Amino acid sequence: MTGRKKVLPNLYIALIMLFLYAPMLVMIVLSFNSSVSTSVMSGFSLKWYAEVFRDRTTLHALYNTLVLAVFSSLIATVIGTVAAVGLYGMKKKWLRSMVLTVTNIPMMNPEIVMGISLMLLFVFVGNLVGKTDVLGFPTMLIAHITFNLPYVILSVLPKLRKIDPHLAEAAQDLGCTPVSAFFKVVLPNISSGIITGLMMAFTLSLDDFVISYFVSGPQFQTLPIVIFSMTKKHVKPDMYALSTLIFVSVLLLLVIMNISQDRAEKKRRA
Amino acid sequence: MKKTSLRAKILNAPYIVWAILFILAPMFMVVFYALTDRSGSFTLQNITALAVYKETFGRSIGYAAVATAVCLLIAYPLAYIMARSNASKQRTLMLLIMLPMWMNFLIRTYSWISILANTGIINSLLRALGLGPVQLINTPGAVILGMVYNYLPYMILPIYSIMCKLDYSLVEAAQDLGCSSRSVLRRVIFPLSLPGVVSGITMVFVPSVSTFYISQKLGGGKFLLVGDSIEMQFQTSYNYNLGASLSLALMVMILVCMVVMNRFADEDEGAIIL
Repeated sequence: MTGRKKVLPNLYIALIMLFLYAPMLVMIVLSFNSSVSTSVMSGFSLKWYAEVFRDRTTLHALYNTLVLAVFSSLIATVIGTVAAVGLYGMKKKWLRSMVLTVTNIPMMNPEIVMGISLMLLFVFVGNLVGKTDVLGFPTMLIAHITFNLPYVILSVLPKLRKIDPHLAEAAQDLGCTPVSAFFKVVLPNISSGIITGLMMAFTLSLDDFVISYFVSGPQFQTLPIVIFSMTKKHVKPDMYALSTLIFVSVLLLLVIMNISQDRAEKKRRA
Repeated sequence: MKKTSLRAKILNAPYIVWAILFILAPMFMVVFYALTDRSGSFTLQNITALAVYKETFGRSIGYAAVATAVCLLIAYPLAYIMARSNASKQRTLMLLIMLPMWMNFLIRTYSWISILANTGIINSLLRALGLGPVQLINTPGAVILGMVYNYLPYMILPIYSIMCKLDYSLVEAAQDLGCSSRSVLRRVIFPLSLPGVVSGITMVFVPSVSTFYISQKLGGGKFLLVGDSIEMQFQTSYNYNLGASLSLALMVMILVCMVVMNRFADEDEGAIIL
């Protein structure tokens, strides 16, 4: 009876995993295709991988994506952490709830609306100063910081709520200046929230397509935008090769993160 | 006391300025563009032009509603099974569900073409079995499949996290008091998991109703959704005013759907308590 009871749930899980991973599997297999088809496998070849590394647009877009993700996540983390500390210390309840409501807008609004609203603002300001090609790295950076900020604030705020408020006061009574009390007492206690926020911001920025699509210009293109223009035309397996490479790097990153987390947990227990 | 509030003000200033400039001002821009014409003078023309898009809005809501319902039907049992599994299995399944979300959504959607196309994998298998090719790609079903595939994790995760916190002694108590397993599900588990269900529905419905890539690729451009119409106004027709008006309508529509759903959820809860 117990045997039969377990088979059905496991079969169900297996079916859903098949559904989630079927396209990925297809992509990985076809990236080794020796012909140009993205549906029929005719033989094994690595030529599409060579093609990816020969394609300067792709490599340049990869570089742009990383630069944008690093800068936007770092800036968002600094502004967001400062904002979380400020919001936590805010005395006016109504103002705080208002700011938090506004903070939720980028998370609740459809991405396409966020994208076009920022684009309209940039184009409008551009028209005011008489520039027609405002869209580029600065607008991308602003957009990415904007959609990253809520995630940073919402991962730091709960950590602040957990700290004993008397801790910072005690540090000040013992001769710390408010600033050094913050760095010595508060910051170590919220660091895990800051790191979570930073990592979320970084990955969101790496992966974002919809918002970037509307606020990017021809001079500065990220990988998702290049992939989008590739899928507009007829796709060759080189895109599948590129995606397989991304998939493998994400997988490695996750495995390394999990292992280091496990190790940290074991250390704490020991 | 005064000193701390001054410090809080200084700390808050950069973010508040940022939020006003890049969250509120863009929202205002959408309203402004929707209510003006190319030269910048007031007009309602963009709002009245929305009548043409009645069918598009209807289709978007319909497809998104079906996709959300399918996600709920698939995710609910899975979340329950996961929450009742042992810790290491839970962690593995969690990782497996999150992993596809880290992949570019354009590529994941595009790969379905290889599976569903007329010369694709499913039809090749069918042909090998001697069955005729079935039209799978460029159908409403393919568009809905794309939505379910992309947003299913957003339904699984909130329901699963609620199910984990669920107090199973309540289930045992209900069983001890003579509840059948079906009524345990209906009268104990489901009402308790309702907050997860509601946030799951929101997290699937909003991106589904506003998507613009899925329908272009898997629907072959035949079943345009609101997102596609907006994208077209901004990237090919360059009619920003009409595009802004469509976006405004989309925002209002989502807001109305959310309010209706929250009311529905509240009433449901009330009925169960009674």
